[in-house]
Amino acid sequence: MSQPTQEEEILAQQALAEAAGAEAGSEATGGLSQGQIVRKRFFGHTGALIGLAVFAAIFLLAFTSVGAFGIPGWWKYNHTDVSPLVNDGVPTSSLWPLAWGEHPFGQDRIGRDLFAMTMRGAQQSITVMVLIGAIAGAVGAIVGGLAGYFRGWVEAILMRLTDVIIIIPVLLLAAVVGQIANRRDEGSWIASFASNNGVVILGVFLGFVLWVGLARLVRGEFLTLREREFVDAARISGASNARIIFKHILPNAVGVLIVNVTLTMSAAILLETALSYLGLGVKAPDTSLGLLVAQNQEAFATRPWLFWFPGLFIILICLSINFIGDGLRDAFDPRQKKFKAKSAVETTSHSSTTAPVADASKGS
Amino acid sequence: MLTYIVRRLITAAFILLGASFLVYLLTASSGDPLAEFRASSAPNRQALMDARIDLLDLNTPPPLRYFKWLGGAAQCIVPFGNACNLGKNIAGQPITEALGFALVQTLTLVTGATILAILIGISLGIVTALRQYSALDYGVTFMAFLFFSLPIFWVAVLLKEFGAIGFNDFLRNPEIPPTVALGIGAVLGVIGAVVVGGAAKRRLIVGGSVFVAVSLILFYFSLTQWFRNPGLGPVVIAILGVGIAFGVTVLVSGLKNRKALQSSLIVVGIGVIAYFAVQPLLNDATGLMIFLLAIATILVGLAVGYFMGGYDRGQSMRAAAITAFLVGALVVMDRFMQAWPSYFNNSRVRGRPIATIGAGTPNIQGDFWIMSTDTLTHLVLPTIALILVSLASYTRFTRSSMLEIMNMDYIRTARAKGLSERSVIMGHAFRNALIPIATIVAFDIGALIGGAVITESVFSVRGMGFLFIDGLQRSDVNPVMGVFLCVAITAMVFNLVADLAYSALDPRVRIKA
Repeated sequence: MSQPTQEEEILAQQALAEAAGAEAGSEATGGLSQGQIVRKRFFGHTGALIGLAVFAAIFLLAFTSVGAFGIPGWWKYNHTDVSPLVNDGVPTSSLWPLAWGEHPFGQDRIGRDLFAMTMRGAQQSITVMVLIGAIAGAVGAIVGGLAGYFRGWVEAILMRLTDVIIIIPVLLLAAVVGQIANRRDEGSWIASFASNNGVVILGVFLGFVLWVGLARLVRGEFLTLREREFVDAARISGASNARIIFKHILPNAVGVLIVNVTLTMSAAILLETALSYLGLGVKAPDTSLGLLVAQNQEAFATRPWLFWFPGLFIILICLSINFIGDGLRDAFDPRQKKFKAKSAVETTSHSSTTAPVADASKGS
Repeated sequence: MLTYIVRRLITAAFILLGASFLVYLLTASSGDPLAEFRASSAPNRQALMDARIDLLDLNTPPPLRYFKWLGGAAQCIVPFGNACNLGKNIAGQPITEALGFALVQTLTLVTGATILAILIGISLGIVTALRQYSALDYGVTFMAFLFFSLPIFWVAVLLKEFGAIGFNDFLRNPEIPPTVALGIGAVLGVIGAVVVGGAAKRRLIVGGSVFVAVSLILFYFSLTQWFRNPGLGPVVIAILGVGIAFGVTVLVSGLKNRKALQSSLIVVGIGVIAYFAVQPLLNDATGLMIFLLAIATILVGLAVGYFMGGYDRGQSMRAAAITAFLVGALVVMDRFMQAWPSYFNNSRVRGRPIATIGAGTPNIQGDFWIMSTDTLTHLVLPTIALILVSLASYTRFTRSSMLEIMNMDYIRTARAKGLSERSVIMGHAFRNALIPIATIVAFDIGALIGGAVITESVFSVRGMGFLFIDGLQRSDVNPVMGVFLCVAITAMVFNLVADLAYSALDPRVRIKA
């Protein structure tokens, strides 16, 4: 427990002092790029790996089974097909013997296949989530980056704008925006597009609402990074603003951005399902997981499966994204180093700022 | 300091103006308030349309209408002016009136849930931080992630099905089959063993005794139909009171402080005697009386602690006061249980006490206890749902804050100078870990008022969220703006409070004046 710990402590302090994020940690990280280190840490995180696997499975299942973007899927029904009730709509799948059956998740009262509806709903939820993540991440990065890099009046204007949006509670603002996205006036330019791709409109609108938190975080990160020596060095050697932002600052701020985009996405899933549940998000005849729960909650006593499966998929998607986000945070943050339980008890401190001498006396 | 506050308030006013303008335009463009008439075939269609256009002033374009609205809203700032005018909703009701009603509904719904969630979340966070990487820690962390991912409307439907309908069915014939009793005992035993931690032998003993105790209590409940005629009685209150006295003393002062333990136990004795004394008084109780009694109870506790004294008078007083309050709560709980059978057999309740929707049984009549029980049975389900969903963030936040503090140098110093683990944790670590938590608690209280939109809609409570969603769905701008104004103002005030509290609690943080 003596030598490695001591070395670790010193390394951790160096990392703190330089916040380089690369060479901290107990793993052998010499000669690896930052991306390689992050990847290595991420793939060492069990929860995140399980989350990733579950999410990938749901993603594939949802997008291949009922088809997407006009490509037909391998499942024989889609979410609007009505077929005769098999066994009064009870799910036909069983774990033992492992069988899929005609309607694995059952059917609703009029005979629509719940598996197809759930898959369609999962597709919608994932689409909205990805759109929100991409748009909120991009807008947040641009606004936060510009405000943090240029300061002055740019910052004043952008941050006041952020303040204005951030005091409106997210759900309230999202509800208003969802209502606007669902407007189907004849002749309006989005009407024809929206009638086919309502969920895309919803995702885009919500993305333009949820960037504010990200903008604040990115701005904070830019504020600290722009004062650092390597930025001064780049500026002195004649690099343009764009080059400094994209080549020098952004790669160092990308960790914060990715982690928080992931967490925004997991919140976005719940937001989308909640809006659809309230009738302000995805609307019939299209379907979404929240809408399925809303439509079927009255039937819980007679057809409980209609309620279980969509809810289960919401939880699975959200939980796996949360675990991925947790893994990413651990991977990107050199200070949140995971200890073994025993050594955590024995070495009480790893982020302390005491002099190495004091630690050496403790470590030996 | 004063300059800082004034500057913050002025900025806040401008932000509020901008945000309200934005929300007004967005809401106005989100739909057509005349849509229902356009589709109708009623003969007086045009007259109805004209009436609504007149009521909501629809001929004025939205940006101009905003400034008209603002003129009315600005009068709310004038103190004692009574000229507050936030417009009318689509049915012609003034918004100020609707807001007053909705605010009461929302606050009754969310206050209890938030306080409980904060208390439970912080205690769980501290326990998991102290037992980092134990089975308990992993279990609670996983549960936190799970609760964090739960859609509240889904939880609410499950709670309605199993919590309300299932429990009401169970109450019709409250007998617990032996296997179920043993099963519940076993589950709680395992949880007890995980929570207590330590060596395998200690875990076995604790888990086993929890299992035996819980199973026996459930058998007893089943035999005596306790769930139909619940009650504690003075004996159980005395036993529980002694347990509370020991528990509180351990946390507040440690058992070594004999005077503190003695004063807590004396308070329990007084409580049991008071149990008989206050029964006739409680029979015609009012809310105010309960409140005064609670204050009197705390004062009695403080007095007992003061006269017992000891080497640390403050600790004795604190321990005795907390014990007194909890024992008093037990007495009140016992009185609620005495009122339970008459509530249960009330002609309006008809033996199905746990309600799934609404904020009260319509037309129910009875004394204070019946009415309060009615409110409580309606609050049970939404409160559980809200706690489950908001618990996770408090737990995670407290855990990381506590872990950071436990790694600080002054904690090591405190241990090195020989302080007991209790005073290191309660005196040094816990208080400092609470500083960052105080700010998120302030934020959450600020967000309380507009918070529970989905919960309100699932449980049909006509609070702020309902007002908002209903207004939005009818493209009715004024109620939406009323709710937004309340929510935004409280949020900004509490943001300011959070910042001020942080700098007051943590002297290292200085406000830039």
